[in-house]
Amino acid sequence: MQNEEIKEYIISQEPEAKFDETGEWLNVIINPLSWRLLAEKLKNADLQLDYLFCLTCIDWKTHLTMVYHLTSTKYRHSIVIKTDINRIAPQIETVSDIWRTAEFHEREVFELFGVEFLHHPDLRKLILTDDFEGYPLRKDFEDPINMIKL
Amino acid sequence: MELREEIVENNKEFPGQVVPVPGGGIIVSTFEDIVNWARSNSLWPLTFATSCCGIEMMSVASSKYDFSRFGFEVARATPRQADVIIIAGTIVNKMAPVLKRLYDQMADPKYVIAMGACAISGGPFFYNTYSVVKGADHVIPVDVYIPGCPPRPEALLHALITLQEKIKSRLTLDQLRQPNTQ
Repeated sequence: MQNEEIKEYIISQEPEAKFDETGEWLNVIINPLSWRLLAEKLKNADLQLDYLFCLTCIDWKTHLTMVYHLTSTKYRHSIVIKTDINRIAPQIETVSDIWRTAEFHEREVFELFGVEFLHHPDLRKLILTDDFEGYPLRKDFEDPINMIKL
Repeated sequence: MELREEIVENNKEFPGQVVPVPGGGIIVSTFEDIVNWARSNSLWPLTFATSCCGIEMMSVASSKYDFSRFGFEVARATPRQADVIIIAGTIVNKMAPVLKRLYDQMADPKYVIAMGACAISGGPFFYNTYSVVKGADHVIPVDVYIPGCPPRPEALLHALITLQEKIKSRLTLDQLRQPNTQ
């Protein structure tokens, strides 16, 4: 499916969505509160975006941005969903029951950025030790023992 | 002569002196020297590699470089049968207790080689990270350090031979720590 058709569909479901086509993929910027409902539609309805191939987070110092890369194994089109969340107490609905792979990736984002995924079935740290303090991929993370300031 | 050269020079031959007697000769040596000579020529490395230096280590084990020429042929998959651990790669905080445990499980006498920049100091890529141990010698004592990223196979061979010379000269950390047992 072409980008124009994808945009039309997304606008019909989520009128507030904004688009950015400067990069390799079609970026869809949405409100975090509408993400959960939209995600279900993206996977099951016309677009058939059944494969979440990347889930990550960006720390912009003022806010965090969740980034979801989706693709369709049927139509071979891909889009990127971006949504800004609050940095002080970041929360967003989980999509782990929609794309099972997210269960893993959300745990990773949880330990590295401190984003709380609401209704996640098993939100524990993934790789870091359970007693690890802080969120190491945040820009203001400090570790006076292991890291020097650049 | 420089100390290093002296050590090399002193360890070329079988330890001891030949006392000529009619019809041949007798070698006079100390028991300790012979034990160290035997040990240094049969060092079994532990199969242990945490990153890319491991590839170089495998290369040294294979036929092109072949560390079995110097007595390192039998890489053991269990620390209980190994004499030397070559720390080939980055040691992260979660790996550190595992490394310590492997070292503790090795039978005395045991020797340690830190191979590459990561094992020496945390590494050129990972030095400023929350997850990396800044040098394996924070965890276990190291006898020989090899710089490089990764070191050439020849460098590892050189380190292995250096370790042998150290053992023969009774200078490894293990020998210095327990001077009466050997």
